[in-house]
Amino acid sequence: MSPITFIILWPLVAALLIGFVPRENRSTIRMIAIAGTFFSLFIALGLFFQFDTGEAGYQFVQREPWVGALDISYYVGVDGINLGLIVMAALVGFAACCLAYDVTERQKEYYILLLIMIGGIIGAFASLDLFFFYFFHELALVPTFIMIGVWGRGEKKNYATFQITIYLSLGALIALIGLVALYVQSGAETFDLVKIIESTASDPFSTSFQKVVFPLLLFGFGILVSLWPFHTWAPLGYGAAPTATAMVHAGVLKKFGLYGLIRIALPLFPEGARHWLGVIAILCLGNILYCGWVAMRQKDLNLLIGNSSVAHMGFVFLGIASLSLVGITGAVFVMVAHGLLAALSFGLSGYLYTQTKDLTMTDFGGLLRQMPFIGTVMVMAFLAGCGVPGFANFPGEIMVLFGAWQTVPVAVIIAAWGALLVGAIYMLRAIRTMLHGPRSEKWTTLVDATSAWRKLPFALLLAGLLFLGCYPPLLTEKIEPSAALVVDRLNGDEKKASADLKEPTLTKDLSTKELSSALSSALAWQERRD
Amino acid sequence: MKVSIIGLEISVILLGIALLLVDLWVPARYRKGLGYLAVLGLGVILVSSFSMNASEAHYAFGGMYVLDQLALFFKRFFLLTAIIVLLISIEFSGRIRTGLTEYFSLMLFGLAGMMFAASSHHFALLFVSAELITVTFYVLVSFQRREIPSLEAGVKYLVLSALSSGLLVYGIALVFGAAQTLDFQALSEKAGQLGNDPLFLVGMFFVVAGLGFKIAAFPFHVWAPDVYQGAPIPTTAFLAVGSKAAGFALLMRLFFSAVPDFVVQWDLLLLILAAVTILYGNLCALPQQNLKRLLSYSSIAHAGYLLMGIAALSQSGSSAVLYYLAGYLFAVLAAFAVVTVVSNQVGAEDIASLAGLNRRGPLLAAAMTLAMVSLTGIPPLAGFFGKFLLLKAVLEQGAATTAHTGYYWLAGAAIVGVVISIYYYFGIIRTIFWSKDPEDLSPIPVSLPLRATLCVCLFGMLYLGIFPDYPLDMATEAVRALTF
Repeated sequence: MSPITFIILWPLVAALLIGFVPRENRSTIRMIAIAGTFFSLFIALGLFFQFDTGEAGYQFVQREPWVGALDISYYVGVDGINLGLIVMAALVGFAACCLAYDVTERQKEYYILLLIMIGGIIGAFASLDLFFFYFFHELALVPTFIMIGVWGRGEKKNYATFQITIYLSLGALIALIGLVALYVQSGAETFDLVKIIESTASDPFSTSFQKVVFPLLLFGFGILVSLWPFHTWAPLGYGAAPTATAMVHAGVLKKFGLYGLIRIALPLFPEGARHWLGVIAILCLGNILYCGWVAMRQKDLNLLIGNSSVAHMGFVFLGIASLSLVGITGAVFVMVAHGLLAALSFGLSGYLYTQTKDLTMTDFGGLLRQMPFIGTVMVMAFLAGCGVPGFANFPGEIMVLFGAWQTVPVAVIIAAWGALLVGAIYMLRAIRTMLHGPRSEKWTTLVDATSAWRKLPFALLLAGLLFLGCYPPLLTEKIEPSAALVVDRLNGDEKKASADLKEPTLTKDLSTKELSSALSSALAWQERRD
Repeated sequence: MKVSIIGLEISVILLGIALLLVDLWVPARYRKGLGYLAVLGLGVILVSSFSMNASEAHYAFGGMYVLDQLALFFKRFFLLTAIIVLLISIEFSGRIRTGLTEYFSLMLFGLAGMMFAASSHHFALLFVSAELITVTFYVLVSFQRREIPSLEAGVKYLVLSALSSGLLVYGIALVFGAAQTLDFQALSEKAGQLGNDPLFLVGMFFVVAGLGFKIAAFPFHVWAPDVYQGAPIPTTAFLAVGSKAAGFALLMRLFFSAVPDFVVQWDLLLLILAAVTILYGNLCALPQQNLKRLLSYSSIAHAGYLLMGIAALSQSGSSAVLYYLAGYLFAVLAAFAVVTVVSNQVGAEDIASLAGLNRRGPLLAAAMTLAMVSLTGIPPLAGFFGKFLLLKAVLEQGAATTAHTGYYWLAGAAIVGVVISIYYYFGIIRTIFWSKDPEDLSPIPVSLPLRATLCVCLFGMLYLGIFPDYPLDMATEAVRALTF
């Protein structure tokens, strides 16, 4: 049994156990949920440190046949691309369970659904079988709808539920058509992603087919990731979702589409990707600029975070559009960083909402004095959101910008403005309104998180952001060999790709150098600007 | 000819006659028990069907009747459907004032018709079995004869069904005129050359129209909503699952045993039929408030999904149809079982009557929810894997077809249909779990047999969704009998 299986199973087992606990034992239910996700996180961290850095292929592989006739199997494994995501998902899952105390009704069902969602999405990230990849994602997606519908908040709850349900189901189904079409066309008669990639290496898909199926995946997955202009479900949905649901969905589940693009669409449809490059670049600017702009006008904290999280997705798309090693490494890095950041932001807004039931920003003021811990974490989260060095978002975004310069320079110039200016405006404005200034008269009774237990989830997420921000090679060294494989396939360089598989790229020391030089010049530039 | 080849049908008919005879000596208050007797009998027949060997086809009545894997698959399917529907009828029996035993035995005769349909290998048997099903349903639909809606439904069914039977028999006559034979085996050798014969074309068109009535595909569906709504609930359930599946059994036999070389010409026609049926059924289901009417439109939509597998004209398409039907059986029967219990208690059949069901009967709420989720096609339930197989078959055929891109459009229509269906299926779930609290929150009692029925349905939906390996092999094995 691979440790990955346990990472997926623990939350699901915890969900099953909760099913047998009487609903009156609320603390037991909560403890089981927290313990289940904690075990999962613990194993995930172990996996992270046992991972053989510099190796490009899959590690900790496990394969169990499931449907013989169609060659579908439960097949999990990690490489650099999904390792960070799995650890991030386990961390966010644990934090979300810790912060789920805002749900006071029917907690039993809530925790069951939340745990299924966490187990499902970790499974989707770990799966190397197309069917299970989709299956696990749907397993995680459906509880989201139910949680928003039943435990959601605000007047627009029902509207938001239906919007998110229909939008995301449509996206998932379009992607499903793309996946089945690629299965059929590959002729490999298997859902095993590794085998399909191998078989298409010698016999690639025809260019016309790539041009048709790539957009199916791009827009199907794009809807799931709130690609502009299909993003309208996201701010509303997150505004209506209970805290833990918003954390897991915005932080983890949303990355599924991006992961699918990098894992499946890029290596299998290089021609298609190149053909649609311009479209991705334009749409990602829509995310960065338009949604950043919309975020500037928000009065409600949740809508601000929701819109800014949509805007951040633009950087990942830009990284994908770069089709370069640095850009794609950066995209994966941003995915992990943004996962932590989105979870932290929604955790904080949920913490406030539990006490106020209202998140109009102008009603707050001087929160730093009133709630020193929460206020400080909030300042740091907002700074991370505008891409200040020292937080994980910075190295990721900078790598994306540097990587994309070669392919789409104009987009990079515009995106850099969007990142530095628009992001800074709305984040700093939020800091000014809510955290500084005179204490609000409306909310005089707010209570800070004092016990270590309450602080723990915030501290963990923040630690993740700071750790990766200060020492990015921890992750980039792991991502880079696997990303190199994707890029080589993109360039049709099959020989190089198989060489990458056999000998770790790190020994060539080519791109780490590139990365560190990119980082240091970026830092120097930032200093000059300051 | 060995009698054992038609042993299953004979046993079912004998069981029906036995029920009628026993009824003469049983006092009225024990008649419900006869239903259990019928269930027990069918259970024995179902189990004994597993001792039958059909790995090679056996023929009877001069090739009219065939017993192969496909026939056996459908016979088991119908037996299981009838068992569950009988259990629902027993629950419903309080609302059937007179002739309860006749109701049970008519169901058994209808079942026999379906089982013959599964084996028909000749136009004569096709027609006779289709009529046996239809005639029993004339009575079953209008069985609550003191209730006007039931009678109205009966009359509508009678008139429209007679029309479709007329079309069917006229079509058969034209086909005979063109091909000089009614035997599927002989026809399959000639059908390839008859593709341009207008007589044959019109004949085939009428036959398909007649069968389209059975499966309630657009534009032959007009009877379905009113009849489904007016008929007693067990009848509706039997119509939605048994009669529809029998239509598909006949359609598969006709297309892939009798005229496989001819039907390839009709791929576009079938594609359009499937796409329009999917979209029509789903769109019409959106505004419905009556549960039975909503389920009837959704069953039209499902006929469309199933037609996708037929339109794929391939082995994987047909095995997907069988798989999908199996998942459909459990989901639809679970839903009708819940509707029966709830309408017994509440006295209404609209969606609002499900409000607060999660507190009034958790098992009922769970069964209804999972049934809706499975019908929508969301993992890990049976409906998802079925839809997945259908989509796969359609896209496979799309990749193999260079003449037109219709298969991709069909897949697109199916996706649109699924997204529309999410709205109304989840509307039901929303009513169950988070509608404004109704005044009456008294628990709804569920009898032990029905509880078992619901558990079987839940198990079926989950098993087909989570462990598709063995059932898929069975479905693939079953369609080996057909030629593509």
